[in-house]
Amino acid sequence: MEAVRFKLNGKETAYEGKATDRLLDVLREKYRMTSVKCGCKEGECGACSVLIDGVLINSCCVAMGAVEGASVVTLEGFRETERFKVISKAFGEVSAVQCGFCIPGMVIAAESILSKNPHPTEDEIREGLSGNLCRCTGYNAIVKAILNAAKEGEGLW
Amino acid sequence: MTSISDPVVKRDHDAKISGRALYLCDYPRDGILTGKLLRSKYAKARILGVDVPELPEGYVYADARDIPGDNNVQMVCDDTPVFTRETAEYIGDPIAMIAGPDPEVVEKLISQCQVHYEELEPTLDMETSEEFFFDYNYGKGDLEKAFAEADHVFTETLRTGHTEQAYMETQSMMAEPEADGSMCIHGSLQCPFYVKNALKRVLGLPAEKVHVYQDVTGGAFGGKEGFPSMLGAQVAVTANKAKAPVVCILDRREDIEFTSKKHPSVSVYKAAVKDGKITAMDIDVKFNAGAYTTLTPVVLQRGIICASGVYNVENLHIRGRAVKTNSVPNGAYRGFGGPQTFFTAETFVSHIARKLGLDVLEFKKANLCKQGDLTATSGKYHFRVPLPEMIQEVDEAIGYSRKHAEYSKPQTGRYRKGIGMSLCFHGAGFTGSAEQDVIKAVARLHKYSDNSVEILISNTDMGQGLHSTVPKIAAKELNLPYSKIKMKLPDTNRVPDSGPTAASRSMMVVGELVRRASIKLRESWIDGEEQVVEEQFKQPDFMIPFTLANFHGDAYPTYSWAVNAIEIELDTLTGLTKVIDACGSYEVGTPIDENIVLGQMEGGFLQSIGCACIEHIGYDSKGRIRNNSFSDFLIPTAKDVPHLKAMLHVVEYPNGPYGAKGAGELPVVPGPAAYINAVEQALGNKTYISYAPISAEDVCEILAKEA
Repeated sequence: MEAVRFKLNGKETAYEGKATDRLLDVLREKYRMTSVKCGCKEGECGACSVLIDGVLINSCCVAMGAVEGASVVTLEGFRETERFKVISKAFGEVSAVQCGFCIPGMVIAAESILSKNPHPTEDEIREGLSGNLCRCTGYNAIVKAILNAAKEGEGLW
Repeated sequence: MTSISDPVVKRDHDAKISGRALYLCDYPRDGILTGKLLRSKYAKARILGVDVPELPEGYVYADARDIPGDNNVQMVCDDTPVFTRETAEYIGDPIAMIAGPDPEVVEKLISQCQVHYEELEPTLDMETSEEFFFDYNYGKGDLEKAFAEADHVFTETLRTGHTEQAYMETQSMMAEPEADGSMCIHGSLQCPFYVKNALKRVLGLPAEKVHVYQDVTGGAFGGKEGFPSMLGAQVAVTANKAKAPVVCILDRREDIEFTSKKHPSVSVYKAAVKDGKITAMDIDVKFNAGAYTTLTPVVLQRGIICASGVYNVENLHIRGRAVKTNSVPNGAYRGFGGPQTFFTAETFVSHIARKLGLDVLEFKKANLCKQGDLTATSGKYHFRVPLPEMIQEVDEAIGYSRKHAEYSKPQTGRYRKGIGMSLCFHGAGFTGSAEQDVIKAVARLHKYSDNSVEILISNTDMGQGLHSTVPKIAAKELNLPYSKIKMKLPDTNRVPDSGPTAASRSMMVVGELVRRASIKLRESWIDGEEQVVEEQFKQPDFMIPFTLANFHGDAYPTYSWAVNAIEIELDTLTGLTKVIDACGSYEVGTPIDENIVLGQMEGGFLQSIGCACIEHIGYDSKGRIRNNSFSDFLIPTAKDVPHLKAMLHVVEYPNGPYGAKGAGELPVVPGPAAYINAVEQALGNKTYISYAPISAEDVCEILAKEA
């Protein structure tokens, strides 16, 4: 059968549904990647952030056909890495997680920021997070956590 | 742990940061029907009938006729229906629910329903509506005399807009019929016993047959205080008919458009000033309740208790009315009426000072309440009012006085700057005697034979961190490791009713009960034995009893305090403003975890800045919300206020655990008044802005008028 072939968290995957299906829905429903949250379904909130070939993207705005041949990383994959451990610890130490609904997207955004720029300034972090909405924290703690993660994880990025 | 304020890693950290925490939307859907609401297209219409398409097997249509008990969602009064009665009262008023296994089919069936309406004339303008749900009056002193003797009398009409809580997880509820005829309702909610009490009546079931628990909740900000009772009732009635579990998860547009929001307000203020002092205020407050009363009476009560601000006004009359309109019912929004009236009070007092040619801050300082003064409701400020020190701390941190003097000089060029300051309190706990007479909180500790202790209270964690802070208290009193204290999201089958998670009460009231229960357990501790202890709420002895009939007495045992300063730069070409710096001092008693409390303050501060400028719900001429998405209802991003500083000023409250008092709502209150104050200064103090939020378009209009 025809299928969309892509890598999901490093694993070769063949999606046999429609190419027009929404990546967000497919990740959540077909592959049970429920860290990928639906906050608005129109590309505004960033709760459904994933990395596609290393680029931070809202999965609600991506059709399955567009990931043919690409590598998709969700938090389910990223949480197995050393980098994740550093980010998790840094977020925990400043209590940057409140309701948690935006957090999987924030972690993926943090990875996106640090993988491009291992020593970001505060402004660069804020720019990198500006597509991810959080209503609880006012962002200060999240920004601080990423600054701390950059220091603590020296050499990992 | 050396001090109770030392931060811990939050208990839900690992589950949430790894994405393993399951919110209701993350549950597997096998065997669960998805429900969707059929909603009124008109703001006011008689529902003549609904032609329901033929339903495939396994699909169910439920409306008011399927309600086994009362068609009433119990909140304060009995007028909010589960499904519409004869008429729909706002656009989105739920007429029926269709549920079935395939969400796409459900969606299609909803669109195929033909509702026959007789359109009626809606009331959309709160300022001209003549239907009042509530009308309160109270006062003190001799108003007539004070106005007769005044050097100056000022009047002004001030307005606040409509705002959405914008929690990141949308409203989500599920109902599961159980084999013994009981109903289990769970989801994203603040107050499990509110849902339980409402559902008992809707389902006509005894208390023991209604079981409610909280799922991991992705933010609430008041929005999940009353509303989950309604959505819970809708899924439960449908599940009861279907004899199968039903879940309903609102999409973002539905959530913004059809769930309760902050009440818009219009207030007319009149003040008498003599010898530089405000001697009297006569205030007429109107809140737009929307179509049904929901939580409006209690929001309005708190709102009018705050209407004279932090000032000692000896002669006072306040009237507060809630207006009915055919718009979405408004309800709890973090701050609960305080954000509206503190904005109007602070802005009005600033304008009086400017009109008198006085320095705004000096005028405010000259009129501040202090310990021992009577409150608006003739209660007492029993404890020290720390505002003078807090003003100084904020001044030093942000350079308010220096910048204020600098920006007062004539500014030229495209970009102009301004700085504003605002002051407020937030009364901690439920208004008046409600804690003692209505809530009657009970907290329980259960010690197991392995010497671990479980905290059993009905208060929820929706992100604010209560389930990380309350166990710190038990651990400290019982000399146990933090990890030995268990606490789960509340389940009405397991926990006593310790009241709702609202009104900034959970730490001050329930945290103190847990502290007292922990002492009791420590003193009766028997190693290796199962033990249960309970503590009940007792009103502090010093309180002057409050009577709601005349708003007389201590409305709150104590107050939390805040001072905000906001510095902005305004682009006179585009009307856009940029927040250059923002600084807040917050006095919430002892923080039971510094990180968690600062996180609350920072988040609330940014939310209040959003409410000052970009967060505004707009309507078309038919009463439809025009901006029902995050594309056009904007909330602040990480880039909007890069310099935001929250500081804690600690004055211990003797009746709270280790000196803690109410924290959650306070930070969302003062922002808009400081912001507007700053915008006025940037505009050369030529104008009096009497509303919030202010948009870039509003600024352009002001500039155009001046030119």
